[in-house]
Amino acid sequence: MKFLCIECDKQMAFAERELPGDGTLAAVFACPACGRSVAMLTNPMETQLVSSLGVQIGGRSVPEQPFELTRSALASGREDAFAEASPSPASAAAPAGRPVWDEAARERLGRVPSFVRGMVQRIYADYAAERQIALITTDVMDRARRELGLEGM
Amino acid sequence: MSEDPSTPRAAASRRVRGYSELTGDDRSNLLGQVTAQHERVAARLASVRHVVAVVSGKGGVGKSLVSAGLATALARAGREVGLLDADLHGPTAARMLGVRAAGLVVGEREVEPKRSAAGVRVMSSDLLLAEAAPLAWREPGRDGFVWRGTLAAGMLREFLGDVAWGSLDLLLVDMPPGSERLDTLAGLVPRLRGVVVVTIPSSASYRAVKRAVEAARAGGIPIVGVVENMAGYRCADCSSHGPLFEGDAGDRLVRETGAPLLARVPFDPAVQARIDAGDASLAAEALAPAAEALAQGLERSEARVEAQP
Repeated sequence: MKFLCIECDKQMAFAERELPGDGTLAAVFACPACGRSVAMLTNPMETQLVSSLGVQIGGRSVPEQPFELTRSALASGREDAFAEASPSPASAAAPAGRPVWDEAARERLGRVPSFVRGMVQRIYADYAAERQIALITTDVMDRARRELGLEGM
Repeated sequence: MSEDPSTPRAAASRRVRGYSELTGDDRSNLLGQVTAQHERVAARLASVRHVVAVVSGKGGVGKSLVSAGLATALARAGREVGLLDADLHGPTAARMLGVRAAGLVVGEREVEPKRSAAGVRVMSSDLLLAEAAPLAWREPGRDGFVWRGTLAAGMLREFLGDVAWGSLDLLLVDMPPGSERLDTLAGLVPRLRGVVVVTIPSSASYRAVKRAVEAARAGGIPIVGVVENMAGYRCADCSSHGPLFEGDAGDRLVRETGAPLLARVPFDPAVQARIDAGDASLAAEALAPAAEALAQGLERSEARVEAQP
């Protein structure tokens, strides 16, 4: 999928993706010549059609997680389906190369349904590790959600 | 004198360039993302010698029992075997092999399959679904029927590509009743070696299973064996055999496909009771000769392919 600025005859560049949480998606593209932006807005059905393929408009922002589609899309998953380590609290020694979580971040993560929690935890931890962020806070989580297009998580 | 580019006539004559004329990066690259998914499956299955689907045209013929019995028999004979339960809506393999306990271990890039007592590596939606819960997807609105099939295909793809199957002699795929999911499997697995057809003797089963056979043929997938299940009844008290269904579906399918009859298995309440309790050992005993015949047939055909110039 490409967008063309007809006035400039230039291919527009992907700028950002947003998932407002109502099942819709907004993908913003900007013209590198004139700076004009357009947003491609998809309705819930169109968004779901793309999601059901396990692909992302704008490209993947994080590596594909094991069972990513299944864990993201299954509504009837069992609570204890996955055995995954809890996030390391700030009071604990950080595992090598992995960040720790402050209490508020751990509390917010705990509200994520357990069927997908481990996957979401891993995405945030990868995001932090890649940016050499040692402590995951709710601010870090908010930033990751914006930058990675994880509004649904 | 050149025309003013802002005039309606100039605008009408201006041609918008097409997708392939734009040389800039397509960051979405949806086709590339789908291709990467398929490459992930291919890489995962590169260490699996044979992938074989177990199919029937209808439910209730004991296909899952046959799958669990074949897999367990082969594992007990020392082969490395996986069983992928592709019956996503009616999964039974995990329970039959006694691995329904919680807690799939997730690694960096893969999910560890469960291992049965005999060593069969198992993946099933039964390991993911809440007790007695149907397979249900998060749906933002109506018209879920449009994408449910795609989601199920995606789940099957992840079972193939994200599970740490390791090196296997055989990955058996227990298919749902019917034949439509066989196309999906064939599209995902680079080298689907063939299908084992399970039927019961009745003519109704023959007709339904024949449709699955024709679907496999249409997809160029060989029939590598026929199992006639519930071929009579074995008395639990005296071990005598009696008739259960009229018909000769197994023989007819063998004649028409040229595939070997791997087994004719009587219904045995003891086998059923044990496997319902998560113990496939009796089913494995009943199907051991069939499992060995299947394995040897696959090895012979592999040798023939390798011997070809």
